[in-house]
Amino acid sequence: MNNLLLKIENLEASINNKKILKKFNLEIKENEIHVIMGPNGSGKSTLSKILAGHPSYSIEKGLIEFSRQNLLEMSPEARSHEGLFLAFQYPIEIAGVTNYDFLRIAYNEKQKYLKQDELDPLQFMELIQIFLDKLKMKTEFLNRNLNEGFSGGEKKRNEILQMLVLKPKLIILDEIDSGLDVDAIKIICEGIKKNREINSSLIVITHYPRILNYLIPNFVHIMIDGKIVKTGNMELVNYLEEKGYEQLNN
Amino acid sequence: MNEIKNKTNFEINQVINEPYKYGFKTKIEKEDFPIGLNEDIIFLISTKKNEPEFLKKFRLNAFKKWLKMKTPDWANLEINSINYNDITYYSIPKQKKKLNSLDEVDPEILKTFEKLGISLEEQKKLSNVAVDAVFDSISIGTTYKEKLGKAGVIFCSISEAIQFYPKLVEKFLGRVISSGDNFFASLNSAVFSDGSFCYIPKNVQCPLELSTYFRINDKDAGQFERTLIIAEKNSSVNYLEGCTAPQFSENQLHAAIVELITFENARIKYSTVQNWYSGNEEGIGGIYNFVTKRGLCLGKNSNISWTQVETGSSITWKYPSCTLLGQNSSGEFYSIALTNNYQQADTGTKMLHLGQGTTSKILSKGISCGYSKNSYRGLVKIGLNANYSRNFSQCDSFLIGSSSLACTYPYLDIWNSTAIVEHEATISKISEEQLFYLTQRGIKIEHAIGLLINGFCKDVVTMLPMEFATEADKLLSLKLEGTVG
Repeated sequence: MNNLLLKIENLEASINNKKILKKFNLEIKENEIHVIMGPNGSGKSTLSKILAGHPSYSIEKGLIEFSRQNLLEMSPEARSHEGLFLAFQYPIEIAGVTNYDFLRIAYNEKQKYLKQDELDPLQFMELIQIFLDKLKMKTEFLNRNLNEGFSGGEKKRNEILQMLVLKPKLIILDEIDSGLDVDAIKIICEGIKKNREINSSLIVITHYPRILNYLIPNFVHIMIDGKIVKTGNMELVNYLEEKGYEQLNN
Repeated sequence: MNEIKNKTNFEINQVINEPYKYGFKTKIEKEDFPIGLNEDIIFLISTKKNEPEFLKKFRLNAFKKWLKMKTPDWANLEINSINYNDITYYSIPKQKKKLNSLDEVDPEILKTFEKLGISLEEQKKLSNVAVDAVFDSISIGTTYKEKLGKAGVIFCSISEAIQFYPKLVEKFLGRVISSGDNFFASLNSAVFSDGSFCYIPKNVQCPLELSTYFRINDKDAGQFERTLIIAEKNSSVNYLEGCTAPQFSENQLHAAIVELITFENARIKYSTVQNWYSGNEEGIGGIYNFVTKRGLCLGKNSNISWTQVETGSSITWKYPSCTLLGQNSSGEFYSIALTNNYQQADTGTKMLHLGQGTTSKILSKGISCGYSKNSYRGLVKIGLNANYSRNFSQCDSFLIGSSSLACTYPYLDIWNSTAIVEHEATISKISEEQLFYLTQRGIKIEHAIGLLINGFCKDVVTMLPMEFATEADKLLSLKLEGTVG
């Protein structure tokens, strides 16, 4: 039996007094892939931001445990250091900070937290070159400002590059596949698979079943109006494709 | 979760509100000098400094003009009225005899500069930077004089220059900024105490970076330094100025003048890291910084470049400018102004295009935090004869928190239809989403803010000469956290 990695129990959360999550429950073990699908506005992105510690949401009830620790008491950076990674739906642009500096700072902050050796710029270059090749990214990519002027596909690829650098245990992919062509999805999934060598788990938030050809899920959850209404396997995805959420909710 | 949000705000404040590290005062016996401002005082300053007649006249003439002037009120600043008779215009540490070398300087003063990270012991100094250290009203010492002398470069305090090179001083002093230019310039012309003098002869590329470090120590003293840099034909020099002061609850007045002159093909790059005491969290105390800086590009193809990092002072009123007279001459202005608490800054530049084919570039970055006011004010004037002149200006403002103010006042005055003038401006806030993104990647919030501010300022920081990086870093680290890389 694999160990429990994430446990969400009766979670209720809101933003600006509007309740988004209602009695939300979810358990994820090590080395599992969970897919969350659901109509727009059902609270999928909110869930991912709450897990990562976005300061705008207030938690009214419930608990979240991550690696047996109370996640809600941890700062966003501590969650990151403990192995939680959110691949953003819309990665943020940062002017004047090169991708390379950013990646190295993020890497070294984690090393520091784990009381392991930090890498100097040359050593880090060696480390990152392997990941760049894996994702078919050019080295010039590192000298550009973080996400600034990146195409949609480049931004998503850059998210996966960060993931490979940080080696997280739980990866939340918030619509990583939206706006990507088939080849890009394939490359990104190759990258994700590489990280899974360390038994990491995935939460895949998506609207399209195509990505599930590469990342075969253990569970498929349907989320409507702030809670999970149905859990199943790939068959559920196929059912959805045919009938839509409307049917399911009835 | 709200707690985390509050914590975020708290941490932002903590980063920005790092205490002032240079606020200590050196206990030193000073020479007695009467307080107040009148003709006798000016006469006394001039006598103490053993000045030639022309300078005495220059001072008195300026004083007469000053008496008829009013404090400028057009800037976006609230200035408490200043009683000019409550100020000591000349404050020097007591010394028994004339100094021949740095070894004879009061060890307390040397220690002060050590504490500020400026070692005056040449052997310990960076081998390619010469320093002039000014303590209240007097220059304490200048390093590397001999080495510079061999190249024909004169680098000394302006008081020494008046003694040893009076003809040069007479020829150039007040040529760029006349003694009646403005209220504070006239005041400075009347009472200026010390500052640096640099003369780069023809065809000489100054072999060292030149640097002056200003320190106000006396509570009641104003500092009125005056710097004059002349670059003759085909010469070039890099110059940096740094400033700090102790923490007092009273405001101290600092009214400086810097004049630059470049002849044909000459280049002066002037960089400032200004970190005067800025007052406490309630806006009590701090330096009133009223500075007139101007460069004259006299010769063809000459270039003057101003880079400033303004982080200190309770009030900053400063517009380093370029008069572009020589054909194809060029001026540059790169600025970072960071204000916090109740600091006020009204800063910018004037680019006066008079010659043909002159070009100028302005890049200004303002960061406002707390309850501060931060204004950019810039004039680009294209004269009638300045055919085919060009200017590009970019003014970016960055707001942190919701109680600070950022303003941009660009003035464009164009008299020639062949000119091309561009102005761009942006304003942005530190966004919660950016901070969330960076912290999600494990970067601590204070480090994240530092990264964002650094990123915002990067274009200007890269303009600072490498040689001064360590000194500038020391001053910058106070408020700009986390240098990248």
